[in-house]
Amino acid sequence: MATVTFDGATRLYDGSQRPAVDALDLEIGDGEFLVLVGPSGCGKSTSLRMLAGLEPVNGGHIRIGDRDVTHVDPSDRDIAMVFQTYALYPHMTVADNMGFALKIAGKSKEDIRQRVEEAAKILDLTDYLDRKPKALSGGQRQRVAMGRAIVRSPQVFCMDEPLSNLDAKLRVATRTQIASLQRRLAVTTVYVTHDQVEAMTMGDRVAVLNAGVLQQVDKPRAMYDRPANAFVAGFIGSPAMNLLTLPVEGDAPLHLGTFELSLPREGRTALTGGEVTVGVRPEDLTLSADGAGIPVTVELVEELGSDAYLHGSVTGGSASELLVARVDPKSPPEKGSQVHLAPRPEKVHWFDTATGLRLVD
Amino acid sequence: MTATTPAALPVTTTPPIAVTVNAAAGNAKNRLTSRWASMAAVVLAVLWTIPTFGLAVSSLRPAADTRRSGWWTTFTDPEFTLKNYRDVFSDNGLGAFFVNSFVITIPSVVIPLCLASLAAYAFAWVEFKGRNLLFVVVFALQIVPIQVTLLPLLKLFVSANLAGTFWTIWLSHSVFALPLAIFLIHNFMREIPKELIEAARMDGAGHVQIFFRVLLPLLTPALAAFGIFQFLWVWNDLLVALTFAGGGDAVAPLTVFIANLAGTRGTALHLLSAGAFISIIVPVVVFLALQRYFVRGLLAGGLKG
Repeated sequence: MATVTFDGATRLYDGSQRPAVDALDLEIGDGEFLVLVGPSGCGKSTSLRMLAGLEPVNGGHIRIGDRDVTHVDPSDRDIAMVFQTYALYPHMTVADNMGFALKIAGKSKEDIRQRVEEAAKILDLTDYLDRKPKALSGGQRQRVAMGRAIVRSPQVFCMDEPLSNLDAKLRVATRTQIASLQRRLAVTTVYVTHDQVEAMTMGDRVAVLNAGVLQQVDKPRAMYDRPANAFVAGFIGSPAMNLLTLPVEGDAPLHLGTFELSLPREGRTALTGGEVTVGVRPEDLTLSADGAGIPVTVELVEELGSDAYLHGSVTGGSASELLVARVDPKSPPEKGSQVHLAPRPEKVHWFDTATGLRLVD
Repeated sequence: MTATTPAALPVTTTPPIAVTVNAAAGNAKNRLTSRWASMAAVVLAVLWTIPTFGLAVSSLRPAADTRRSGWWTTFTDPEFTLKNYRDVFSDNGLGAFFVNSFVITIPSVVIPLCLASLAAYAFAWVEFKGRNLLFVVVFALQIVPIQVTLLPLLKLFVSANLAGTFWTIWLSHSVFALPLAIFLIHNFMREIPKELIEAARMDGAGHVQIFFRVLLPLLTPALAAFGIFQFLWVWNDLLVALTFAGGGDAVAPLTVFIANLAGTRGTALHLLSAGAFISIIVPVVVFLALQRYFVRGLLAGGLKG
């Protein structure tokens, strides 16, 4: 078991001006499950591949435990990786796939057999050990890829979107399996995904990347409650947080249609530009009967059974002022009707539009 | 040559998963198994086989008959003998040439296959400076006509004291085959998903282990395909053999023997047909033996679901 440290790790692709990963500083504790999340092209997979040794590091260092592995060959890092495409060896049986690393390491046949069988039992693959990958379903292949990683009992697991090729139902089931398996084995794990639901549900901590720059690292709940900047606020949570940009003039209150909001004093002093971004999560908007709240014209109601989401535009506001609110699925408002949405005051987030940074704690 | 028709190809048993992976292949298979396509294939197969069949019949007819009439008259006046075969073997010494052909062909196939697959691996998966330039240079070597190289090679072999040995033929065939072999195997190797090689690296495998344990088993169709082409080419080659083996019977292959039969005994059609038929048999056997390695969907199942 080991900790993993990214110390200013940078990856600059040939012929590119902007680094794919820009001076990444990240500490991952022993046995921790860290999820790297971000939109496509944000550098999350590149960061993982740098840790695995499949991608060279152009600046900074990567350490596993106390050992600097920045320029160590992947085969000597004692890391196991689960690929998005599984990358099973098609000409080998499941048992041979799982035991390949041990065979390369020169372990005895009985030893390999025993460890493969143990892993197969954990992953419910015992009946499939003699099959070739092509005779397995997608979920089974995914488990073989997991098995290949755990058989080695490495210091670190790297997982690169291992669930993205599964269908939705299987993905949810496998998600919990992987998370509980990781808790049981207590192996330091770095897990890459673009799916923020996976990030929220699986990780001990979540690291959000955008354009190669680390945005925030925190426990999922803390990140949800207190995003460090407007990007994280918009990325974490589904449906996404409502983010509206409003001009600030002196101490005058801000307007959303007829609704008045006031930026707290500490936020006003910290503000660098003339605009502020206000953020409210859909569940923090409530339908108010007495007309107090943001006036909204209902454009669409998505009914999901357990929830209903109201999509609407601020009445009298500009075209870009759109809001999503969670409403009671038993009596959702009609499309086209006029409603008032009141934000919970303690759940309003303020960000500096110019820098994106959070203004009020 | 042999008649291979789509209808005659063995039906590979791929499970349903693999079929869905490659819809295009399934489509082609459907089209090839329709009734009209099968019929056309059978007609082609028969047409293509008639000359070979005629040669076989000719080789079994008495010398006098062959001189008098065509092989098709056998059907009305059947008379067969094995005398032609006895003659080419005992009186003309075909056996020694037959052995020579094997001695020439097998190393001339094995040497370029080994070298080309190693070179292709380096070109495909090892990062080194000037890799692309070197690859283009190797590829461009294909345009050099064999005839241009004959004299310089001959001089080289003489100065290296190799003249008159099998080495001259082995080396020249290997050299001529390498550019195309490297190119073909390289392209096939690039088709193998990068993740497989990366997974092997993560599993602790070095280049040698990746090559032998992961790539080589997946390369069998490419190796078999190139092996067959190279075998046919070397087996049927006369130019290289005649140039480098010279007049010396000691290292001359079957093709030289047959050329002599045709050239020095223009009337000995019965012997020529027997010799030619013997030289056909071997490529047919090789083809049938190796075609089972042309398996579709070898990569199926390794990736995704």
